[in-house]
Amino acid sequence: MNDKTIIETIDLTKVYGMGDASVAALDGVSIEVKAGEFLAIMGPSGSGKSTLMHILGCLSRPTSGQYILDGQDISNLSKKELALIRNQKLGFIFQAYNLLPRTTALRNVMMPLLYDHNHHISDEVGEQKALNMLELVGLADRTHHQPQELSGGQQQRVAIARALINDPVLIIADEPTGNLDSHSGHEILDLLRSLHQKGVTIVMVTHDPITAEYTQRVIHLADGKVDSIKHNGHKL
Amino acid sequence: MKLTEVIRIAWEAILKNKVRSFLTTLGIIIGVAAVIIMVAISAGTEATISEQITSLGSNLLFVQSSFSRAGPPGMGRSSGGLVYDDAAAIQEGVSGVKAVIVEQQATATIKAGSVTLENITVLGSTTEFPSVRDMDVAQGRYFNETENERKQKVAVLGSTLATELFGDANPIGQVITAETTKLTVIGVMAEKGTVGDVDYDSRLYVPIQVVFQKFTPSMFARIMGDSVRLLYVEMEDDANLEEVTTQIELLLAKRHDVSLDSLDFSVTSQQDIISTQESTTAAFRSLLAWVAGVSLIVGGIGIMNIMLVSVTERTREIGIRQAIGATPDDIRMQFLAEALLLSIVGGLIGMGAGMGGAILYGFLSDMRTVIVPGSILLAFGSAAIVGAFFGFYPANKAAQLDPIEALRYE
Repeated sequence: MNDKTIIETIDLTKVYGMGDASVAALDGVSIEVKAGEFLAIMGPSGSGKSTLMHILGCLSRPTSGQYILDGQDISNLSKKELALIRNQKLGFIFQAYNLLPRTTALRNVMMPLLYDHNHHISDEVGEQKALNMLELVGLADRTHHQPQELSGGQQQRVAIARALINDPVLIIADEPTGNLDSHSGHEILDLLRSLHQKGVTIVMVTHDPITAEYTQRVIHLADGKVDSIKHNGHKL
Repeated sequence: MKLTEVIRIAWEAILKNKVRSFLTTLGIIIGVAAVIIMVAISAGTEATISEQITSLGSNLLFVQSSFSRAGPPGMGRSSGGLVYDDAAAIQEGVSGVKAVIVEQQATATIKAGSVTLENITVLGSTTEFPSVRDMDVAQGRYFNETENERKQKVAVLGSTLATELFGDANPIGQVITAETTKLTVIGVMAEKGTVGDVDYDSRLYVPIQVVFQKFTPSMFARIMGDSVRLLYVEMEDDANLEEVTTQIELLLAKRHDVSLDSLDFSVTSQQDIISTQESTTAAFRSLLAWVAGVSLIVGGIGIMNIMLVSVTERTREIGIRQAIGATPDDIRMQFLAEALLLSIVGGLIGMGAGMGGAILYGFLSDMRTVIVPGSILLAFGSAAIVGAFFGFYPANKAAQLDPIEALRYE
């Protein structure tokens, strides 16, 4: 494992509302995530874990503090620049899979390539890349199925393949097993663990302690602050 | 994002809601088709009128009496307007003139055997009438110079008139009575149709001298010559219009003893009449096109409406695309492309419907239609502009969605 820092936040705050009605969802969060880490963020609802995930995922900007992703300070980037960062450096896995309906698995996986403004990837190359990703998640035989023809676990695998296609420096997983039965849930977590073993950095938001067991390190949030950091002990 | 991808995604979105997409474009389809059909009908009308005017003969000048001065015509030496002898004077004294014909009209009740027809136009003319006015004699012959000078009681029938008076029987040699004058039929004109409000086929053609003597007698005729309403001057093919006009004006002003500032007649060319006609129909045509254009705008509002619905329905899709890296410009482009594609497809269907409709209308009705290429371009171009204009607001709305809110949207 190298020592490169992927995520560094310094005193992040996020305040919603104005004046007396303002609520601090995040209140001075400073965390650091090294390359290749598998990290869980836990906390009860209202603890600020979703807000933190949105900032880490470049979907919103902090009110104050700094967020350095892969060596780049992105605290004050424009909407467009954030979109490009999401496209180039991040992969998302959502609780509700968020695949495009009536679109084949292959097309869903290829979608991030459409918005790759830096490289022009030909259809053939993109398709091959998407096929490789679907093979990696064990869905080589489902490439032309549409989401409604796939099980929840399979849909989440498509989403993981989509998250991986742009070779992101960081995968952000928001309750990835929340909509799955425990068997499929464990399969997805095993898949994430195997990706982690290949060197992928993963930050997973969850409220489920058993799910958090799969990770190396768990950050607990409470009232917008880091409450505790627990190491799970297993070096993977 | 590649343009082909943008178009592909937009096209797929349109096909996912086929019925809705079709109904949305219906406004554009009707608008474009209406513009094309309206313009085709008015252009067809214009072409018909121009052709009719030209069919009266070519290279014509119309010299008309104008009674702008006080007193009835024929009062006083110089206020009489045109007289019969002016025709011969123009023929003699103006270069570039091929023929001059004079017309004098009257209305009469005509009888032949047991048939009586009232209010028939009796047109007195000279012998060149058929050639100058581009009319043919179908049966028998037109009267000749001698018959005109000797005021012989002969008549040529318009084709409709011949049928009404004699049915299938041969009218040549028959005698008809116009008011109290008995006329021998010597010919029947070929069918000509109606030009403007004149039905050429229901008229009776007689020597002009007969009309002067029997139908429009004037007590001043002996002193001043027979007053006439209109002279038709046919010019040589290479004659200069302005030169001939000026010569006629100078000559007649001298004959009528009036100054050039207060002529008692006016000279109009056939081209003048066509231009006047054209400017009238052009104004009418652009009015029609504007009215049709309004339906294009209504169609555009329909597109905007459905695009707003589409943006709302696909909020989550927008959120997903934003999360995986679509920039606001990417999203804006996608929805703009969809609106544009809707209006362009509508425009294309409307073009087909408009051309088909114009041809069908011309085929089914008596009116002629002429498809004007400019109107197709105009209609199609407006449709595309309307799509871009009304697509912009919904597309912008989509581009400004917050990704987190959009992802939460159920």
